[in-house]
Order: sequence, then structure tokens, then C-alpha cells
Amino acid sequence: MIQKANHGDMRLTLEVWRQAGPGAPGGFKTYEIVANEHMSFLEMLDVLNQQLVERGEEPIVFEHDCREGICGSCNLTIDGKPHGPRERTTVCQLHMREYRSGDHIKIEPWRANAFPIIRDLMCDRGSFDKIQQAGGYVSVNTGAAPDAHCIPVPKEDADLAFDAAQCIGCGACVAACPNASAMLFTAAKVSQYALLPQGEPERERRVIAMVDTMDEQGFGNCSNHYECEAACPKGISVTNISRMNREYARATLKKR
Amino acid sequence: MTPADSPTASECLDSKVPSGPMSERWSRHKFDLKLVNPSNRRKFDVIVVGTGLAGGSAAATLAEMGYNVKAFCTHDSPRRAHSIAAQGGINAAKNYKGDGDSVHRLFYDTVKGGDYRSRESNVHRLAEVSVDIIDQCVAQGVPFAREYGGLLDNRSFGGAQVSRTFYARGQTGQQLLLGAYGAMNRMIQAGRIEMYNRREMVDLVVVDGVARGIITRNLITGEYERHTAHTVLLGSGGYGNAFFLSTNAKNSNVTAAWRAHKRGAFFANPCYTQIHPTCIPRSGDYQSKLTLMSESLRNDGRVWVPKTKGDSRAAVDIPENERDYYLESKYPSFGNLVPRDVASRNAKLVTDEGRGVGPTGEAVYLDFADAIKRDGRDTIAARYGNLFEMYERITGDNPYEVPMRIFPAVHYTMGGLWVDYNLESTVPGLFVLGEANFSDHGANRLGASALMQGLADGYFVIPATIASHLAGRQLQEVTTDHEAFKEAEASSRERMDKLMAIKGTRSVDALHRELGNVVWNHCGMERSAEGLNEGIKKVRDLRDQFWQDLRVLGDPQTVNQDLEKAGRLADFMEFAEVMMNDALVRDESCGGHFRAEHQSDEGEAKRDDENFSHTTAWEFSGEGQLPKEHREPLTFEEVKLTTRSYK
Repeated sequence: MIQKANHGDMRLTLEVWRQAGPGAPGGFKTYEIVANEHMSFLEMLDVLNQQLVERGEEPIVFEHDCREGICGSCNLTIDGKPHGPRERTTVCQLHMREYRSGDHIKIEPWRANAFPIIRDLMCDRGSFDKIQQAGGYVSVNTGAAPDAHCIPVPKEDADLAFDAAQCIGCGACVAACPNASAMLFTAAKVSQYALLPQGEPERERRVIAMVDTMDEQGFGNCSNHYECEAACPKGISVTNISRMNREYARATLKKR
Repeated sequence: MTPADSPTASECLDSKVPSGPMSERWSRHKFDLKLVNPSNRRKFDVIVVGTGLAGGSAAATLAEMGYNVKAFCTHDSPRRAHSIAAQGGINAAKNYKGDGDSVHRLFYDTVKGGDYRSRESNVHRLAEVSVDIIDQCVAQGVPFAREYGGLLDNRSFGGAQVSRTFYARGQTGQQLLLGAYGAMNRMIQAGRIEMYNRREMVDLVVVDGVARGIITRNLITGEYERHTAHTVLLGSGGYGNAFFLSTNAKNSNVTAAWRAHKRGAFFANPCYTQIHPTCIPRSGDYQSKLTLMSESLRNDGRVWVPKTKGDSRAAVDIPENERDYYLESKYPSFGNLVPRDVASRNAKLVTDEGRGVGPTGEAVYLDFADAIKRDGRDTIAARYGNLFEMYERITGDNPYEVPMRIFPAVHYTMGGLWVDYNLESTVPGLFVLGEANFSDHGANRLGASALMQGLADGYFVIPATIASHLAGRQLQEVTTDHEAFKEAEASSRERMDKLMAIKGTRSVDALHRELGNVVWNHCGMERSAEGLNEGIKKVRDLRDQFWQDLRVLGDPQTVNQDLEKAGRLADFMEFAEVMMNDALVRDESCGGHFRAEHQSDEGEAKRDDENFSHTTAWEFSGEGQLPKEHREPLTFEEVKLTTRSYK
């Protein structure tokens, strides 16, 4: 039997953004809750929601799914920081042992024009898909591939490509950026393919299409704050942005 | 039910398995299948439900071939499907390591690993196309691990004695899914896939006996939508969340499969569930899900518990001679790498003896001290860095310093909708792919085989077999104002209204948690006739409570996550009974299905090939009614049935 763990309980005050729908006026609502240090942050919200339902209040809408830090669904800004206080952690991997009894915690969705709020803590990140659709792939039909060993890739390049490919598409980079720029997100995909021989044939077309779409979707530009890297749960490096800028310059020159 | 009153031969299912030598069946079948002329493909609409590895790869490939694809996912983006969370790797019989692997060996291992409860011909096909999957994914730019020479690296994984697992650090599922997502994106951009995000399939529409569309609920606006097609593909995943606590994502559910079942698709082997041995143990009653640690950890970690009951010393204070490395001593040739079902059951055995560790006593150690001493901390960090980091985030313990605590958790479901060799269900025109179907893993799935099966079905099998339906049948045009669409939409709405109208006192999560407890206690790692009968009663009671005392607040015409969950839980409440009934009828032990009544003197699963060498497929026969049992006999031509031994 699981023992009820009462040690490690903590009393917290939460200020949570509530908003009935897109365009509706929103505001912070205050809730008191007893949490436990072993809970994840989202489990604390589960407990709060269950209490709200029991009291006859509508539960807080928030996005989550895998709760293992990989699907990229969760999108909470906690005390002004996307994904909360711990480095390289998604909200679902954040645990209450980071907090002390008596703490006040402020919870909001991502804030960016390109991510309009749908309800409470849920926002629309469809603009990210649009950027990927513009060119975040290698155009190869199923069944047309040569044997995998026909395409050797130096380990160093493969590792760098993997580092970039780890992006989970959560949008913390945008939420952290004072310009709400999606440069890190876009650069991660551009870099992955720029580093691999498979990406070569579409190298120029890809970077131009993705950057243009990024601009169209209403994201801001990069002005080197590097908040994106600090907020990224996968630690994706801003050197990818430099690489994308080089790729973009190279592509525009070559195109001319 | 006893074998004496088993279904008659006329009720046996036709798997449409081709004849001839095993290794030639798939090629021959592909040749024998009708083709859809490339210029005719644009006349066919294909619905794909789910955008994980199976659904995503199918949607992309069919669109490339020229079909009109409409793809649906419940997430805000197809990239978030739960395939993304698979860590360890993907098997393929490439034999790049030259260690004696072959298509035949992968086939053999999979049939044996499934404890001889899978369909041989399907498994052979799976092993054959496994090599093409790797080629396809590499061409897409999936960044698999490589060696310094630039070629792909492989590792041995989950009980395999050859190195055939391709991997991308601990994020293989993510990288493969992003490959399929990229392929889908290319087709979305080209206008070949119409993508519907945040839609939940709430019913299958059957016209003149053929699957011709679906009803979806828009999860943002609450609207019901009708979609027609010439064929419907389900890649909607497994039913592990019937247990509430599992390693599945929170939104994974049985709804699409269950609603199809209620429209005529048989559900096969629902009692086959996989309990994964290396998960992070629960810490309290608020626990919302369990986190899996890739079983690749068992390549270097050693599993142990204290020799004495109730030893409460810290792990490091327990001297070597007072530790019981029970897998190594019991299974000297496989050691810590025994298959998942064996590893899980042994963890249960030692914790039942009172030798479990940690605050709950429901855990065993997975210790890396020897591996770190042997290979150095950096090597171990390169192999498992992200997993160690994840463990540390969740538990607050540092696995470089103290052993991990692990315990089994529900992870994967081998059962699913019954399909024939073409992946077609018992509803003509309804195809089922990936974890949602039942055919390839038997009673236990080997590690790194789920990704393989999902992509095999989507990239290579369905693109060929879909023609059996599209080219083989006369399909009249159907519009959304057809009576069948009206009826399906009306019944979906009625169901939702019913849920909203209960206005009881209990939250969806509280009821789901209770169902999970019942299923885990009565149909978990060990089952018995007595326990199952009791469990079935409890599920029925709970289902009554659900329909009397559920509380869903708010407006159904907007985002209402509790309403979504309530609809899914209603289905789990019905499904759980069929699952337990299946476990009851299967009066033998096999793979992940362990019946306490059927074990050897050493506590190993004891199969009954004479009476149970078949697949059980259940036909829906009305709400609250016992479903009707059908069987597909399993014949083994290539692999000799033996008692699995990993000693």
C-alpha cells in the first residue's frame, strides 16, 4: 500500500490567470492550496482542480500530456519565467521541492502575439506548425531511400544535428524573448538539416521559406538577449541562431 | 467459459494470411493485391485518426502516393502524439554489427518473446520491412547515433542477444516522430493532407456495412463535425490508461478504438498488457502518471534488493554479501536483460516478500555503481545522461551517487482491434495500425519493437494493403447528410448531454483513479479467476456510480477538459470489463498475462498450447451485455513452440 506522505506538506498561495475565451478580458485569481514537496507542479494543479470541482467552480484549463518533458505541451510562465525557476526543465518536470511553505506563485500562459490565448492557460501555437510546414523536412518519398549506410555522417556533425533536433516545440523561447522572436525554434530545425548531408539539396530553399514564414506569423526579431537559450528546457544553443543567419545570408546571396 | 463450450469453427476469423513459404508471403501478397492506378488515387479520400508513428507515417505516405488524406489529432499539433515519449530505440535486422542477426532471427525472437501468441506471418513481414524503416528514416535526416566512422551505431536492447537497436540518445521516439511529422508537413504544405488538430473522433460512421467516415468533436468550440471518406484508418494508440497510472500520456485513451468496436470492429486479446519493469515508483496518492526509464538502463544497471526482509538501511550501507541480485542469480544467461514480463514479475515477487525498498516498499534498486567503476562516469553519462537527469528531477536523488529505485508500471498494450493480414478490421474499410491493433506482439512485446511496428504499418504495410479495399470494392459516393452520419452525430451529442446532465459530486479524475486501482489490483501483474470475478463486479458498480455521481462543470460549447476526460472514462469503464473478462476466459499464463493458477514450480508462466493457442476477439453485443467470443487459431509453421527459458 502507498503510504499517505504528509511530511513535506506546504501551504501555498497561487495567482492563476483565468480567461474565459479568446479576446475575453482575463485576470489573476488567487487560490490557497496545501501541496507536497514530492508532487510535480502539474500534480499540484490537478489537486487544485479537483478541489475546485468539488467546490462547484470550473477547473483551470491548462495544457499537458506526456508529463515526461518531451511532448512540449505544457506552457506555463511561473513567476515571470517560462517553465519556472529550474534550468532545462519543462513545467511537467518541475517538482514542488523547489518551493517552500508560504510561497506565492504566479502562473500565466505564454505571452506572445503569435500565440493567442484560447482559454485560461491554454494558447494557440499553430504558428509553429506553419513554420515547419514551410520547409522543416527533407523531401523524400517513402520507399525511395538508399541503404542507410550509403549516407555516412561524421559523428561530430551527427551529434550537433541531434543537439538541434531535440527541440520539443514548446515555445518557451518565444515566451522568454522580449521581442517574442521564434529565431531559436526556427534555427533548431534549419541547423539540424544544414549539418546533415540529407539536408543539402534543399538547403537554400528551406532557410528562406522558414524564415519568411516566421516573419509572416508575427514573431519578432532576434536582438541577442539570449533569454531563449536560458528558458529552453532542452538547452538548445543560440549558436544555432548564428548558424541560421549564416545560412540565410548564404542562401540569399546564392539565390541572386 | 471453458474450452468445452468454445465458439464453433464457423465463428473462427479469417486472417487472410497468404500461403507458401514464410519468407515469400509478403512479396507474393503484394503482387497478388490489386493496385489503384496513380491517376485514380486522387479520387479516394482517406481518413487517418491519430498522428503518432503509425498514423503520421501512413498519412504522409498515402498523401505522397496521391490519395486525399484528412488527418486528425487531439493535440494542438501532430508532433505531440505519445510516440514522442519512446526512449530506447527501434529494432531492425540490418546486421550492421555482423553479430549473426537476420530477418529470420528478428522474426524468431519476436514470436518467442511474444510467448507464441502472435500471428507468424505478420511478424515475419514486420521483420522484413524493419530494414526499410531505417533507410527511410535516415533519408529523412533522423539523427540516429553514429560511430566515429560515420556509420550508424547499434546496441543490444531488452533481452536481445544481438545488437540490432538503432537509437537517438534516449529520444528515439521523438526523432522518429519528428521525421514522420516532417513528412506530413511536406504534404500539408503541398495541399495533399488536410490537417485537423484538436479534434477527437467520437464515432465511426458505417454505411452499407463499410466504414465511410467519422464524427469528430472540435475540442476548442465543442462543435460536432461529420467527415466522409472511402476508408478510415485508426492509429489511435493503446488502452494503458484504463489503469489510470501508466507511462502513457495523460490524454491517451481507448475512445476511437472503443467507438469503432461498438460499430462492429472486434477487440482482440484485451487482457494482454505490458508492465514495464523500469519505471519510477509512485510517491503518493496525488500521483498523476508514472515515468518510464528506458530499459536500455538494464544494459549497465544491476537490479537488486536486500537479502533480508525489512532491511531499512540506505543502499550504500548494505554490504555486497547482503544484496540479492535476483535476476543475475535466477537467470544466469540473460541476467538483468530478461524480457520485460519476466523482470516485472520478479520485482513483484521480491516486493511481495517484503524486500522492497524506498518509502513505500514498492521498489527495487537499479544500481550503476559497478558500471561507473568499470567504464567511468563520463561514459555512463554519454549513454544515459538525459535519463539520469530526468530521474533526478522527479525523485530528487542523484543516480550517479545512489542506486535508482524502480518499479513496474503499465506501459504498452499488445491487445487491440482485431485485424487481418491487410490490417483491416472486421468492419470492411476500417484499417487499424500500430498499438491500436493486436497482431504482432502476441502476449508480450520486446523492447524497441513498438516503434518498428508503428512505422512498418504506416510506411510500408498499409500503402500496399489499402488497395485490397479501394480497388477491390465498389464504393458508392456518400455525403454527410446520409442517415448514418445523422444517427452517429445524434448519438454522440446525446451521450455528451447525458454526461453533462448527471451533475453529481465526484470529479472525473477521482473516478478514473478508482477504476485504475481496481484494474491494477485485479488485472495487473498477476490475475486469478477469483480476483477477476471480483474485479468485474467492482467495475460494474463503479460504472453505475460514474453514471450517477459524475460532476462535469462548465460549458460544452468551449474548451472543457473535464468533459473530454469524462467521455474517455465512460469508454474505459466499459472497456475494463471486457479486458477482465478476456483475462478470465484465457485460463492459462502467457507473456504479460500471468494467471496465478498456471505457473511452474519456479513461478514461471505456464502456457496451455492445447487449449489456448488462439487469439480471442470480442464482438460487441449491446451495452451491459457480455460480448460474443470469436477465435482465430494460431498455427506455428516456422517457430517451434517451446517453453520460454531465459536461464
